[in-house]
Amino acid sequence: MTANDMSPDVVAGVVDRVVARWRGDPTCMVQILREVQEACDWISPEAIDRLQTALGVPRTKIEGVAGFYSFFYLRPRGQYRILFSDNVSDRMLGSQALLERLCHNLWIEPGKVSEDGLVSVDRTSCTGMCDQGPGLLVNNLAITRLDAGRIDEIAERVRNRVPLAEWPAEWFRVEDNIRQPGILLGHDMQPGDALRAALALGDDGPAALIEAIKKANLRGRGGAGFTTGLKWLACRNAPLKPGQGRVIVCNADEGEPGTFKDRVLLTSYADLVFEGMTLAAYAVGARRGFLYLRGEYRYLLEPLTAVLERRRRDKLLGAGILGLPGFNFDIEIHLGAGAYVCGEESALIESLEGKRGTPRNRPPFPVTNGYLDQPTVVNNVETFASAALIALKGADWYAAIGTRQSAGSKILSVAGDCARPGLYEYPFGVSVRQVLADCGATNTQAVQISGPSGVCVGPEEFDRVIGFEDIPTAGAFTIFDDSRDMFEVARNYVHFFQHESCGFCTPCRVGTSLLKNLMDKLHNGCGSPYDFAEIEKLNLLLQSMSHCGLGHTACNPVLDTIKKFRPAYEKRLVQKDFTPAFDLDRALAAARQMTGRDDAAAHLVKATSGEDA
Amino acid sequence: MSQTFTLDGQSIPFADGQTILQAATAAGVFIPHLCYHPEFKPHGSCKLCTVKVNGRHTASCTMRATPGMTVESNTEDINAERRSLVQMLFVEGNHFCPACEQSGNCKLQATAYQLGMMSPHFDHFFPSRALDASHPEVLLDFNRCILCSLCVRASRDVDGKNVFALSGRGIKTRLIVNAGSGRLADTNFSPADKAAGVCPVGVFLKKRRGFAVPIGERRYDKAPIDSIAEEI
Amino acid sequence: MNAPAKKLKVATTSLAGCFGCHMSFLDIDERLFTLLEHVEFDRSPLTDIKTCSPDCDLGIIEGGLCNAENIHVLREFRKNCKTLIAIGACAVNGGLPAQRNHLPLTAILEEVYHTSPGLANGMIPNDPELPLPLDKVHPIHEVVKVDYFIPGCPPSGDAIWKVLTDLLAGREPELGHGLMRYD
Repeated sequence: MTANDMSPDVVAGVVDRVVARWRGDPTCMVQILREVQEACDWISPEAIDRLQTALGVPRTKIEGVAGFYSFFYLRPRGQYRILFSDNVSDRMLGSQALLERLCHNLWIEPGKVSEDGLVSVDRTSCTGMCDQGPGLLVNNLAITRLDAGRIDEIAERVRNRVPLAEWPAEWFRVEDNIRQPGILLGHDMQPGDALRAALALGDDGPAALIEAIKKANLRGRGGAGFTTGLKWLACRNAPLKPGQGRVIVCNADEGEPGTFKDRVLLTSYADLVFEGMTLAAYAVGARRGFLYLRGEYRYLLEPLTAVLERRRRDKLLGAGILGLPGFNFDIEIHLGAGAYVCGEESALIESLEGKRGTPRNRPPFPVTNGYLDQPTVVNNVETFASAALIALKGADWYAAIGTRQSAGSKILSVAGDCARPGLYEYPFGVSVRQVLADCGATNTQAVQISGPSGVCVGPEEFDRVIGFEDIPTAGAFTIFDDSRDMFEVARNYVHFFQHESCGFCTPCRVGTSLLKNLMDKLHNGCGSPYDFAEIEKLNLLLQSMSHCGLGHTACNPVLDTIKKFRPAYEKRLVQKDFTPAFDLDRALAAARQMTGRDDAAAHLVKATSGEDA
Repeated sequence: MSQTFTLDGQSIPFADGQTILQAATAAGVFIPHLCYHPEFKPHGSCKLCTVKVNGRHTASCTMRATPGMTVESNTEDINAERRSLVQMLFVEGNHFCPACEQSGNCKLQATAYQLGMMSPHFDHFFPSRALDASHPEVLLDFNRCILCSLCVRASRDVDGKNVFALSGRGIKTRLIVNAGSGRLADTNFSPADKAAGVCPVGVFLKKRRGFAVPIGERRYDKAPIDSIAEEI
Repeated sequence: MNAPAKKLKVATTSLAGCFGCHMSFLDIDERLFTLLEHVEFDRSPLTDIKTCSPDCDLGIIEGGLCNAENIHVLREFRKNCKTLIAIGACAVNGGLPAQRNHLPLTAILEEVYHTSPGLANGMIPNDPELPLPLDKVHPIHEVVKVDYFIPGCPPSGDAIWKVLTDLLAGREPELGHGLMRYD
């Protein structure tokens, strides 16, 4: 019996309980799978059998969904499933060596399960702890501030099968690291204040609120910067089919490597966020809301559920909010399961509907045809929080902050090479140089703003400013000093996109893999100018032919670093002539081993430029 | 159909709700495509049908035609991009045409011919994909699957069976069948299903029936894909 | 075509192929005479010359890469030929031999020499004269830069003729419907 075996009866019991908790609703498939796995350690064929019956959906649907998300396991991955955050900032803090150390301690290979079925160690995309890395997830719970000592202690507890509940709480402590508060992080709003202010606008409250959001010039904080008021208005005006309602979704799938501001907003400012969602519901006439929380922030589920519970008790959620008849709205939390692409709003909605997180064809847009084909507002965490402040303090107050095109403030998630990583909130218009000075960055070579899908700026651009008119950002601000190799930074990001491509469209599915292979080829010393031309060609193809933003931006880190740090690439074009991507001599290793040969003819040396081997 | 748009300089009439691809096809203009099939809801995944609408790339199978829009399709640049996509599909799977019963009837191959693909260009992935020979009448060769999901849609929307689905993600996306064993024989699949007949490549092969029509005399051997009206 | 002042030097070889493409090449029939007004053959199974002259204009490679010797020959061609053409499915995408790629080489050798009866007395041959097999079969463009491709298994004599005449005339080779075939 391996560590993950449970009797079919126990599994069936778990499945039945979870399915009942989710009302037997197949649209909650992602949540159901998550809870089944939390109880059973994996999603076994027996669990799928039972789910098929309990939910009345075909097995293909269950396996299709489960197979899509990184955190769902259709094969046993151990009682302890350890995933090292593999963002470039984790690597800069030594995560690679720590991963090797843990594997060495536990006698396992990365990616494999130990022979006794107890533990597996692997890598995962950025877990959003860049300000206190290196980080890892154990059974989807975040551990921060790893060092060699902590790694050894983790190994010891795994070996001794100490339940996670008995691991030191200190390991799981996540700091806010607020270094510079602004209007959001320094706010003094009491729960309900903004709602009361909106309701005080009277019968025309919803329209007046939308007008205020428009007038405040609030734009989406996810990076794209769509005007929030217009989005709300479009949703409010979208026709409803019989039985439909409008829906508010908060996108807390903060997956862009290097971003962690939503983590803090949801840790210490959840009321502000939920209040913003409730205001949006009031404005558009929605009754149903979702917080789509990335799976990496699983540890926030209980505290956030408690906040929602308190808000219900305080009449800030539920039926007749603040005593206003007909103002009915509630929020449900759905967790993601390790899929960056679900940060794209239509993929997020697919995931909310219990499907594979594949971006939809647009138009139509979610605002008319969103969750279960209903008009849906999807906004970023920070957008909702800002909306709450606007409702409370007024559009004029808000519009006066920041710049003409970019009103209000922006929270930056600062990490990488600086003395004080953490959150910095500025009015829009702050220069890159100012942020670098405030966080104590020296000898800065480059800053990756808004993550791999954003832009990479070099020193000559440090006077550029954060704002929709210059550098729009979802918040990531990752700093690289002059000791870092920008080619390797780009290569890490290319690996990220390859791992996160949803696989729906040909150019992104295959193109990100080809791009990864080419970057690895350069890394391995097999690069020639030919490969460089191939990389440039692939970049253009990804940009023009991909289905969604992931593919469109997957080449950004490469394009930017080629443009701004070309020597880092040229250094790698060590071959004058085309050179194979694979090692020819190694390709003979199996034959050498089988024949026992090691003579000269049993080897292939690298062809040197212009002459035969 | 008084409304029109311009496709490569030609005026194309369209009805309300028609996509660019549908209207072009109706007007006898060929736009390459693999995941699109006139009997199913457009999917938009293969991206072969990408055109430029007012200068921007978009999939013509999902983009609705609007009056006066300017569409570029049969240009050297766009065809070069399409050729790269076909090359990607060739290196992603294991496509050995000389040994494939579908050769000559295969849309991937015919599209590659039409686009003048002389080589797969990229390095091959040579993935390891098992065959499923469990079913008494039909063999599944996943080596050729291009993940167009036409069998998935046909089984779900026409056959009402959900025999097929895509699982996995990214480059690991794969076609699965509706059985705990993972074997086609353990599903309620029937060779008479719509799903058995929509594959644009050679995943579905009828057993005990090979090369009934000789190589050289098959559908796309006789005429290029862009000269043949869509089969319905 | 007018006869040129100087004939182009052409070398050909078959790597992991079946010589079918060479046979198909002979299918250009009487056009060979015309061709010979324009080219002379260097290393080729047609001449039995064993090594490439250093000034070949055109190298035509049939077959993919399945062993160390294939690599050496391919490198020799790339080094000595100004222009390299991959001819046939095996050179273009590995072809039939590449269908072993999903099996580990160790399992293949095991099966052929140990499990199946009758070969080499149950020993995997280890004669240094024999080239060692690569763990996977590769098309030639994955190892050297290839300039042109003629797909087909084999390409028809007409397709080969078309590409060669295009090249001799300085045109980008193109195969229209009927000539462009992968099977």
